Amino acid sequence: MSGGVEILVRVADIEQATATVRRFTLAPLSGEPLPVYSAGAHVVVTMDDDGHRIRNPYSLISRAQDGSHYRIGVLKTPNSRGGSIYLHEKVCEGDELVITMPVNLFPIVRTGRKHVLVAGGIGVTPIYAMAEELRAASAPYEIHYAMRDASCGAFADELVEMHGDKVRLYRDDAQEVIRVDAILPHQPLGTHLYVCGPEGMIDAILAGGRKAGWPVENLHSERFLAPMGGAPFSVALAKAGITATVRSDQSLLEAIEEAGVDAPYLCRGGACGQCETRVISADGELIHNDHYLSDEEKASGAKIMTCVSRLKGRELVLDL
Amino acid sequence: MGIQFKQETFRDDYTFSNSPEAIRRFPFPFDRDEYMYSVNIEQHMPGPPKSYVEFPIDIDEHYVSEMRDRAIVLKEDPLRCQSLPHMLPAEWDLVELLMDSMSKHYPEHFQLTKDGDRWHWVNQPLGIDQTFTFGDTATLPCPPMEYITRQCQGDFALLDQRQDNLWMDAGIVTTQADWSLDFDIGMNFMEWHGPVPIAHDIGVFDRALKFLLNLQQGRPVRRLNWTMTINPRLDTSPENYHKWGQEKATVTPENVGDKVHLRVELQALWRLPRSNAIVFSIRAYLISMEELVTIPKWGRRFPRILKSLPEPIANYKGLSRYREMTIDWLSKYDDGQPTSPGFFPD
Ligand SMILES: Cc1cc2nc3c(=O)[nH]c(=O)nc-3n(C[C@H](O)[C@H](O)[C@H](O)COP(=O)(O)OP(=O)(O)OC[C@H]3O[C@@H](n4cnc5c(N)ncnc54)[C@H](O)[C@@H]3O)c2cc1C
Ligand code: HEM
Ligand code: FES
Repeated sequence: MSGGVEILVRVADIEQATATVRRFTLAPLSGEPLPVYSAGAHVVVTMDDDGHRIRNPYSLISRAQDGSHYRIGVLKTPNSRGGSIYLHEKVCEGDELVITMPVNLFPIVRTGRKHVLVAGGIGVTPIYAMAEELRAASAPYEIHYAMRDASCGAFADELVEMHGDKVRLYRDDAQEVIRVDAILPHQPLGTHLYVCGPEGMIDAILAGGRKAGWPVENLHSERFLAPMGGAPFSVALAKAGITATVRSDQSLLEAIEEAGVDAPYLCRGGACGQCETRVISADGELIHNDHYLSDEEKASGAKIMTCVSRLKGRELVLDL
Repeated sequence: MGIQFKQETFRDDYTFSNSPEAIRRFPFPFDRDEYMYSVNIEQHMPGPPKSYVEFPIDIDEHYVSEMRDRAIVLKEDPLRCQSLPHMLPAEWDLVELLMDSMSKHYPEHFQLTKDGDRWHWVNQPLGIDQTFTFGDTATLPCPPMEYITRQCQGDFALLDQRQDNLWMDAGIVTTQADWSLDFDIGMNFMEWHGPVPIAHDIGVFDRALKFLLNLQQGRPVRRLNWTMTINPRLDTSPENYHKWGQEKATVTPENVGDKVHLRVELQALWRLPRSNAIVFSIRAYLISMEELVTIPKWGRRFPRILKSLPEPIANYKGLSRYREMTIDWLSKYDDGQPTSPGFFPD
């Protein structure tokens, strides 16, 4: 389980928040409270679309005080290969889904003196949670939220209700754009900025921050298009005489274990070196995701760390 | 049935000792006859019944006496417990982790009931009965980290994660192997590891840090570290070096078995939910040479470890002065037979 601990949830409620965004309320099947998380965290949702397994990360908007539910918000993505369309068109109230434990790659910096939150479109999901956490902690913050038009405003209405004049709204259809050069210069020293939204918007805000002389350590962003997992490939274990498939939602080590071979490991995170395995041949490119092998070793293609690394290609033959 | 807590001291008359059961469950840290620094991190999964890793937080027969020793240290030196203001959410995370774990795994000694944010905590061995509001510091007699770690064996450091690094921004450290929280507070992972020899050059800390930055909620990890201590003293701090440093000179060939102790730290790391901080627990276990050799495999292996230990590591661990004497004393337990792989007794 390289993806972490899994939690079974039931879709307790579906709300059409805007023309293109649905919000899902997820309740734990076990009845045990869902884990507490820090704002900015996401869960990976596993969906089973007629045997086709999809795993997408979605930011957590909120958690009920008593842990009885989480909320996520999902944009219906044009040209989708499946995940968001599946959630919009196939998932009904009462359906079951599998999620991972929360993971936070976009945390609030607690030493910050003030926090400027900037969201565009669906990028509002983690920002929504961060604003709530800052409000609860009585920390200084402000929110800038850009949306297409007033019909996109489900999140906007709630943000204004909860955060009052700390929120500034910008509407594309009214030619309102977030002006970095107007926001940044007047912030106190030690302010941190967090931006989540479309690629172009993130790039513009970050560039504006650097231009205004902000240290890069104070500029934070999350992009929703991070690559996840990898393509499936086949692995042949020469000594054991076994061939197995490494699915896209599985690590190489997990596939080897599933095939019944007791391969070495310790950390399962690419750090300890225990799972180092000799590559006999590789029909494709080795994708080294570990911190253990040196750059030269990685380039030589002679070894692979099975816990985190994989093959982009057809077949990998290992000395196992 | 429960644990029979011993009354013993870790200073002055040093009455500490291990029962035969405590010896068998001792976290012997060598799975082979040689030792070198490595990224020896593994998942903190439940181990065999009665072992030191049966539960995530290990409470043993020394609990009550260790907590008394901690109280003495804190009374003499309040700076052993420090927390920067932004670490308060992490402090509460730690309260939850420890109370949940202790009450779940040792229900005959600790009980926790929750009614929303109203929590009721009962610690029978220490005679504590406390009702408080989770998240409201004013409802506890002292700040949350200090409150709960005065009731849990092991030192604790709370690490804030930012700028792709970990920062030691809070902790309670009264049973340490010669390092100081007051000195390290506010430092980052590379800075506080500065004094360690060799490990930086072989990339141990780079890899360990990258691994820890990705540590996930619900998937704690652990490692073992070790050193040696003269007399069963928990507080071997730089602050009190004047008290214990000179005890190294009291080792003689006759008293090695009784005075020289192997000191092993079970270090576990959890990602904390509210704060996204990491807690690092350092749970120290002591065993005298006399006790160690009651396990024949350990008696054979440990002198071999000491003989082959690289000089810089021996110096760093501060054991050069009595290393030879200890090897001599132990050698009568090493018959030269091969040892089986792995940590556990045969
Ligand atoms: C940390 C994180 C948090 C996230 N949080 C949220 C959230 O809160 N809400 C939310 O709605 N989304 C969120 N996302 C995005 C989400 O995980 C999915 O990527 C999104 O829902 C689209 O998934 P999909 O399966 O529908 O589309 P996919 O099929 O994965 O397509 C995604 C995009 O790639 C393009 N694409 C599809 N196929 C191809 C192709 N063959 N070649 C080139 N481009 C292609 C599509 O045009 C589309 O824009 C988050 C992502 C990350 C990494
Ligand atoms: C993030 C949590 C950690 C904390 C708070 C921590 C803290 C410390 C401290 C304070 C010291 C003593 C340094 C001195 O001499 O002043 C130390 C030593 C050391 N640490 Fe860590 N450490 C952590 C994680 C790790 C990890 C994950 C490794 C993995 C390899 C590691 C490896 C070591 C080693 C090898 C030493 C030398 C120990 C000896 O020889 O006795 N540490 N650590
Ligand atoms: S198991 Fe540690 S590097 Fe793979």
